[in-house]
Amino acid sequence: MSNSILEGGTAAPVTAPSTMMSMQQALNRALDEVLAENPKAVIFGEDCGRLGGVFRITDGLQAKHGEQRVFDTPLAESGILGMSVGLAMAGFHPIPEVQFDGFAYPAINQIVCQVARMNYRSRGTLPMPITLRVPSFGGIRAPEHHGESLEALFAHVPGLKVVSPSNPHEAYHLLKYAATRPDPVIFMEPKSRYWQKGEVDLTRHDAADGGGSPTGAKVMRAGRHLTLVAWGAMVARCLQVAELAAEDGIDIEVLDLRWLKPVDAEALGASVRKTRRAVVVHEAPLTSGLGAEVAQLITQSCFDTLKAPVERVTGFDVPYPSGDLEDEYIPNIDRILFGIQRVLEYKRG
Amino acid sequence: MDTLPLASGDAAKPLTPAELRELYSLMVAVRHLDASAIAWQRQGIIPGYAPELGQEAAQVGSGYAVDTTRDFVFPTYREMGVARTMGVDMVAYMSTHKATWHGGLYDPQQTRLAPIQAVVAGSVLHAVGWAHGQTLAGTADGSLGVAMTYFGDGASSQGDVHEALNFAAVMKAPVVFFVQNNGWAISVPTERQVAGGSVAARAAGYGMPALQIDGDDVVAVVEATRRAFAHARSGQGPVLIEAMTYRRGPHSTSDDPGRYRSLDEERDGAGLDPLERFRQRLLAEGIADGVFFAEALAAAKAEEEHLRIGIQALGSRPGTEMFDLVFQETTPALQAQAANWREESEHV
Repeated sequence: MSNSILEGGTAAPVTAPSTMMSMQQALNRALDEVLAENPKAVIFGEDCGRLGGVFRITDGLQAKHGEQRVFDTPLAESGILGMSVGLAMAGFHPIPEVQFDGFAYPAINQIVCQVARMNYRSRGTLPMPITLRVPSFGGIRAPEHHGESLEALFAHVPGLKVVSPSNPHEAYHLLKYAATRPDPVIFMEPKSRYWQKGEVDLTRHDAADGGGSPTGAKVMRAGRHLTLVAWGAMVARCLQVAELAAEDGIDIEVLDLRWLKPVDAEALGASVRKTRRAVVVHEAPLTSGLGAEVAQLITQSCFDTLKAPVERVTGFDVPYPSGDLEDEYIPNIDRILFGIQRVLEYKRG
Repeated sequence: MDTLPLASGDAAKPLTPAELRELYSLMVAVRHLDASAIAWQRQGIIPGYAPELGQEAAQVGSGYAVDTTRDFVFPTYREMGVARTMGVDMVAYMSTHKATWHGGLYDPQQTRLAPIQAVVAGSVLHAVGWAHGQTLAGTADGSLGVAMTYFGDGASSQGDVHEALNFAAVMKAPVVFFVQNNGWAISVPTERQVAGGSVAARAAGYGMPALQIDGDDVVAVVEATRRAFAHARSGQGPVLIEAMTYRRGPHSTSDDPGRYRSLDEERDGAGLDPLERFRQRLLAEGIADGVFFAEALAAAKAEEEHLRIGIQALGSRPGTEMFDLVFQETTPALQAQAANWREESEHV
């Protein structure tokens, strides 16, 4: 991947460099600009045309860019993804949406056997520049199948890249970046954060890092005592935890992984070599979750300096529970604090 | 069954004697290559193959209607005859059966043939997406590029086929769904596979014209496919063709058809060999003679010999391609794995 967001052709003329908006607005703006900048970009899925999507991420785009560029499909996820493959073969840049994470399952065959493999199968002659937007994770008390965390499943598939934004600024820039890449990217939008507002610097993606790579992880809060690794909605929660811990004199670094594949092993190593302790936080079930991958990458690069084994604070190995039990399932502030405590108090046997 | 409005213009023109002779030559070439591929598997030249004995008319006839300057074909793993008819390099095509590279070594963009596909029905949806892309790209009236997708009676049980038919009909996409109903989905006969009598009968439910044709009559196949292409090309939407044929022999070189049908049953079900049937017709109509047939056979044998040498000469692809061709933009993890692989394999 290139090193600058500007190389992706995403530099948009802007008057106000920084503006307050929700993640929903940031994503909508990013898609609007992608459609304007790339005549081959097409957006489609269930209800994303006239309705603007059930989360209104594609709101107004059909009216502005026309029914050829933004269109509704029949209600069939395998069809949406299979169609994306054919459109990509015809030279388009499809940006399909599956309405909710759990409805990516009916499309898994197309995602795994087709989208992910066509570049390989065709020896690079049929690239798959597909940006699959998936409203992801829980936290909105939705019905069954509307709150799944599929990152480990997607990340395990060779040929796919996976990214998840944590705030409006990241959402705007990561989506613009993903939608200009020549490879398939699964774009996991934390739906519980859609309506949270934040400052979006439209001109600079990685201003906070002094212009780091758009494909890397990002330090959202610097700290000395322990690294919290998170992505999506869990980043905001970890930042809250860090503020609470600071009251007790514990200085926590929060690393937003951003890319779940490829994982930025270098940034992970750099952070943990400094803090010497790490806790990974994710909503997905524990077993074979992405936390295991992150923990191994940390172990590999920081084994000598680690003060304690890497801890994981995650969802449980249960089907995603009903709304009433959601708060028990998603890592909450207390559970994350307990995880931090286990690491801080670890004694070598 | 024929619910497709009759075509006019080029699609309605009868085949010329030269075209008929060309079709025969293609069928002989395909027959010989198919038989050779089975022999090559037995000789250990290739590890596996999916034969198509008896489907030559369906494959050559449909492939003959493709305009490779603007159309695109989406095959499964049993469309060798289509590939040969479209002029695909057959060493590059057979490389997939040689286990050289999944999908084959031919260039899909240049040949207009999508990579060989083992997930039946998977590529049926790709055809719809590609075809819709032609609509979006926009062309002069009556000149849309058409996607033709192949699948069988077995694949018609897959949900993706239903989704593809529905999408294509809703979007009026220029797709020709070419079903080769060869009577068997490995060991399961059509009556245990297809409810409703036929795949063609289903098209009515999507408001899509359909043709059920004699898939062993190459002329009927060419004419039906040309009509379907004309319909789709002019922006009138998709067409389904169900070519009724019979898969003689096994599903693959690993299959044992003796477990599910007898040779007598196969002979009864298969009917007259489509190649022999066409030969008799050409003779009866005075379009070809014994000299022509002998030359066609000699050409097929020479081609087969040439291809065997090419296939045997195919080496393995360099291991680096395993890593290099996953993405257009590689990842640090993949680069590290490739470096590791290089280092460790050099020590062996």
